Amino acid sequence: MAKKRFGSAKPPLHGRKAKIEEVMTGATVYNVPFPKDLSTLKGMSPIVIRHPYSVEYLHSYGQDSPFFAGIANGKLLGTRCGPCRYTYATPRLHCARCGEETDWTELPLEGRVHTFTTCYFGSEEFLKETPFHLILVEFDGVDTLLLARLIGVEGPEEIRIGMKVKAKFRRNSQLKPTDMYFVPS
Amino acid sequence: MRPVYMVSGGVSKFAKARPDATFQKMVKEAFDYALGDIPRLKPDRIDGSVGSYFSDHFTRQLMAGIMATDYLGLCPKPNKRIEGGGATGGLCFQSAWESVASGRMNCCVAFGFETMSRVQTWKGNEFIALASDTNFDYPVGGFYSGYYAMMVNRHIHEFGTTVEQMAMVSVKNHRNACFNPYAQKQKRLTVRDVRNSEMVAYPLTLLDICVMSDGAAVCILADEETAFRLTDKPVRITGVGTGTDMMRMADRPHGKVILAPNEKESDYRNMKYPGVHSFRAGRSAGIQAYKMAGIKDPIKEIDFIELHDAYTSSEIQTYEDLALCRYGEGGKFVEQGHPFLPQIDYGLKLKKKGTIPVNPSGGLIACGHPVGATGLMQAVFAFWQIQGSIRKHFGSGELQLKKANRGLIHSHAGTGTYVTVSILEKGW
Repeated sequence: MAKKRFGSAKPPLHGRKAKIEEVMTGATVYNVPFPKDLSTLKGMSPIVIRHPYSVEYLHSYGQDSPFFAGIANGKLLGTRCGPCRYTYATPRLHCARCGEETDWTELPLEGRVHTFTTCYFGSEEFLKETPFHLILVEFDGVDTLLLARLIGVEGPEEIRIGMKVKAKFRRNSQLKPTDMYFVPS
Repeated sequence: MRPVYMVSGGVSKFAKARPDATFQKMVKEAFDYALGDIPRLKPDRIDGSVGSYFSDHFTRQLMAGIMATDYLGLCPKPNKRIEGGGATGGLCFQSAWESVASGRMNCCVAFGFETMSRVQTWKGNEFIALASDTNFDYPVGGFYSGYYAMMVNRHIHEFGTTVEQMAMVSVKNHRNACFNPYAQKQKRLTVRDVRNSEMVAYPLTLLDICVMSDGAAVCILADEETAFRLTDKPVRITGVGTGTDMMRMADRPHGKVILAPNEKESDYRNMKYPGVHSFRAGRSAGIQAYKMAGIKDPIKEIDFIELHDAYTSSEIQTYEDLALCRYGEGGKFVEQGHPFLPQIDYGLKLKKKGTIPVNPSGGLIACGHPVGATGLMQAVFAFWQIQGSIRKHFGSGELQLKKANRGLIHSHAGTGTYVTVSILEKGW
């Protein structure tokens, strides 16, 4: 039906009479103002158009994938370097100190707040979740920290550095690091 | 390596939005200003350029570097893009230095720009947050102000730094900017204003944090012979340093302090370093630059500093990285007045005002932060300070320091992943 209305079903003209098809999609503007005197053009206001831009990525967690399988199963996994025994709370498959491949290891489910903040604003993607609390968690016997959300407190005044926190897991995994979060223990 | 000099610079007026100009045009404004300042430089004497911009998302134009290069009329000479987050401009400056020091070029243009107004602020924050680990950090926090807030909360915990001390940085930088016509924000504030402004990520308020901007900056560097042919007042680059650190703050070690030349091991008995409270990359960059420039006691041997104050907290942390004071003393350092300008009234009682002015231009907090341009903007403002030409370029001389023979510029990327330090000195 639409085809008929805009006449696009007609065969295109040939030669000098060839013409691009008129469309009514997006912004359609009639009578764009234009001065007779070209010397005034440099004073014109800029033309700004809207340009939506959406991309769907196939984001692979790559060698970090076991971490996400772990939190989907209620297990918190870090990695440990065999030769130097350095233990990473945020996993990495190769040790940054000695270069050796690390092994997966279960982390304790209880840790302490190393530092924190409460975000009242955020990136567009997370704006609807504000305010939310971020903590870096330290664990006994583990050399590095883990970034996570803290749930179950009202505001930053209820969070203390050193306070004990306990890992919890979403029942329905979304295969994101936020499948795991912490609450005061 | 050959000695390298800066011979001219230019900055476009930083603004929240420049819909009237594409990025090429903003770069051209800064470039023409720089050329206008040294009429003896004919464009055919330029051997090539390096360009810097941070985000392809903001620009929505891949290979924007070549488009700026062609707009400046610098084709078919060499050019490449330099990128390293917030330190993009500082890295670009050092890349131009390398081009001249190595002998590849006698005259090299460093240009940088960012057009951040093309998306809403919260989308812009999302783009910036993509400069954090997208497996583990972005999906949890996804907000740079939140990352820096966590860092300063640990600094507060370790050292007793206060939010009022942080607010004093904001008062200082916004006030300095009142005399800088290039600055985006010119404000007379009180500590209370800063604390009462909207909370963004506890304890950082809106006035603790720099804004997004559209803008461009250009520096022209040359070898000794070319430099003295072009200007009577070239500024020599006597030290460069670049430091790095692990992307995820969570991964940073808790080890021993890397000592600056004016420090000893007994200064830091129980400190776990850098943890998340300090920027190891900043310390590393500073030490390299000090060594190259022969600086032993930075606070005594440097006259002023333009540093990367994306957050008031990171300015305080950077005083310590640059060994202007010991680790942990950054808060007191600002409270006592050391980094303020001696000649400006801030409405604050300061005991030791003006020991080493920091961010006399107003810094990122007040000038704005068009990422790829910022590090070069600092170089231009430092260059004018050393030349003694602030009055000429700013239209008023309030910010001109009496003694500005040697300055330090410092550019810093996401949570301290890349940091550059360059030392600029009177070269004539």
